[in-house]
Amino acid sequence: MLHEHAKLLSLLKGTGEVVGRKKLQKMVYIAKKMNEPFREKYQFHMYGPYSEELTLRMEEMCQADFIGEVREKKGGYYQYRYEIADKGEEFLEAVRLPEGTVNENLLRRLNESSSKFLELVSTVLYFEHFPKEEIKAKIGKLKARQNYSEEDIEEAFSYIESLRNSH
Amino acid sequence: MNRPDGQLEEEKVFKDPVHRYIHVRDQLIWDLIGTREFQRLRRIRQLGTTYLTFHGAEHTRFNHSLGVYEIMRRMVENLEKKMTWETDERLVCLAAALLHDVGHGPFSHSFEKVFDTDHEEWTRRIILGNTEINEVLSRMGGNFPEHVADVIAKTYENKLIVSLISSQIDADRMDYLLRDAFYTGVSYGQFDMERILRVMRPMEDQAVFKHSGMHAVEDYIMSRYQMYWQVYFHPVTRSAEVILSKILHRAKKLLAEGYDFQQTPKHFLSLFESTMTLEEYIRLDESIIFYYFQAWEQEEDAILRDLCRRFMDRRLFKYVECDPSKQMLIWPELQRLFTAAGIDPDYYLVIDSSSDLPYDFYRPGEKDERMPIHLLMPDGSLRELSRESDVVEAISGKKRTDHKLYFPEDLLLDQKEYGEEKRRILSLLHEQEGM
Repeated sequence: MLHEHAKLLSLLKGTGEVVGRKKLQKMVYIAKKMNEPFREKYQFHMYGPYSEELTLRMEEMCQADFIGEVREKKGGYYQYRYEIADKGEEFLEAVRLPEGTVNENLLRRLNESSSKFLELVSTVLYFEHFPKEEIKAKIGKLKARQNYSEEDIEEAFSYIESLRNSH
Repeated sequence: MNRPDGQLEEEKVFKDPVHRYIHVRDQLIWDLIGTREFQRLRRIRQLGTTYLTFHGAEHTRFNHSLGVYEIMRRMVENLEKKMTWETDERLVCLAAALLHDVGHGPFSHSFEKVFDTDHEEWTRRIILGNTEINEVLSRMGGNFPEHVADVIAKTYENKLIVSLISSQIDADRMDYLLRDAFYTGVSYGQFDMERILRVMRPMEDQAVFKHSGMHAVEDYIMSRYQMYWQVYFHPVTRSAEVILSKILHRAKKLLAEGYDFQQTPKHFLSLFESTMTLEEYIRLDESIIFYYFQAWEQEEDAILRDLCRRFMDRRLFKYVECDPSKQMLIWPELQRLFTAAGIDPDYYLVIDSSSDLPYDFYRPGEKDERMPIHLLMPDGSLRELSRESDVVEAISGKKRTDHKLYFPEDLLLDQKEYGEEKRRILSLLHEQEGM
């Protein structure tokens, strides 16, 4: 029953809370690229890979009171804070996902990074079938507004390598 | 006619019930339509299993792709008066519009879920691989095929061009809303596309709409909303989709277990094993799927046989409304009872959710990942649509999610065996609905 929803609840349970819709989107995408069993479909959008399916699933779980969504004013825009609710815990109990379905260590590590950095990492992963120089050129063109430096991009490559080595 | 990017000596037209005529003036477009990969789209229905609900919905991805091309052609013609294009970008737009769905397979929504494939990836492979389409596009020289693939993947540098084919109001959505409404026969998919195209104005990152045309855009949003709930999310269509997915799951499982098929799914073997080649993919179409489903109606395996008969003869699952927070309390008991009644819950007890659909409707939000629709105000400023339109604002904040629980009511009503368990199941399901 709703196993894909349950995996997202496991993510929230394992990480405590996730601040920002964009951050959650990128965490799930990166985890998926690290062979975690998320099934949401992604396409390239304004801030890199984005899944409408994930957005809807989160909305469904908010409406079922499985997760708490707090809307906070931040600067000129609103930010969303997500955590698992009591009903969500009960649902997870009922679904009984096999132990270790979701890699909590990986997700906690992703959650420690900033949303802007995860946007860069997920964009690098989206284009990873291209040569490195071409990826850099694409980021320069498609992410001009984020103004990522050469060092940022190198850091993203190292981060991906370390994720792959340790998980 | 020597130049592949040149104009045809005489314009070609296709009669079309939605746009009246589809005009082809470029040799490139004419040659792309003639490729085998594009012609294959004639054998793939646009709306998958919807024909089982709305019998008119037999239109194909071929019709839709031509329609998207035609809308793009009109958009480009309008925008050309207001901006200058880089060399070849007009043709990049037209080719991308025509080819945007070329990677769709038969019943691709279910196939993608079960086999974890992605039609966008196949689109890219068809455009860039060893295909007739690539051969035609390559005649344009330079990186033309890559540019077309990038526009479709939304990774092309010029965001305005990307937005014309893929945004909250684009050529793709405008065609499928009008076309799907026409072929399903529903009356609520209409909007004034000509007016929308007339008030469209190019900006750096997207096309915006003159405030004076707001009501035409409102109609488009209403059409999207109505079609979502009334056609795309129709519970009977979803029932057929559920059964289709379960057939594929069952066949995949049987193959993995070494089951001796009377009709081995040799056309799917590489798909089951994730080794499908481009050529094999291009050969897949709906006629092959129906061939296997009909053959499998005679298989030894009772589940595969039953599911195929249900799909082919439209003996679909019934459904009840489902609230996951209440459902979870009875789910273990339902599973136990289904098993006790000799009905495998893995194939016959399914929750389907709104997030399982490949369609959506308009959600505003300035900081969302998707660019909202902007109106160009008389003073030159931009305003997000729902801030100006009461109609759009009213439907944007409503409940948008839905879950349904599907089950084979006919098996449960046949109570010659396991009568007690089946009565208990029916009682639990209907209690759930009344909760």
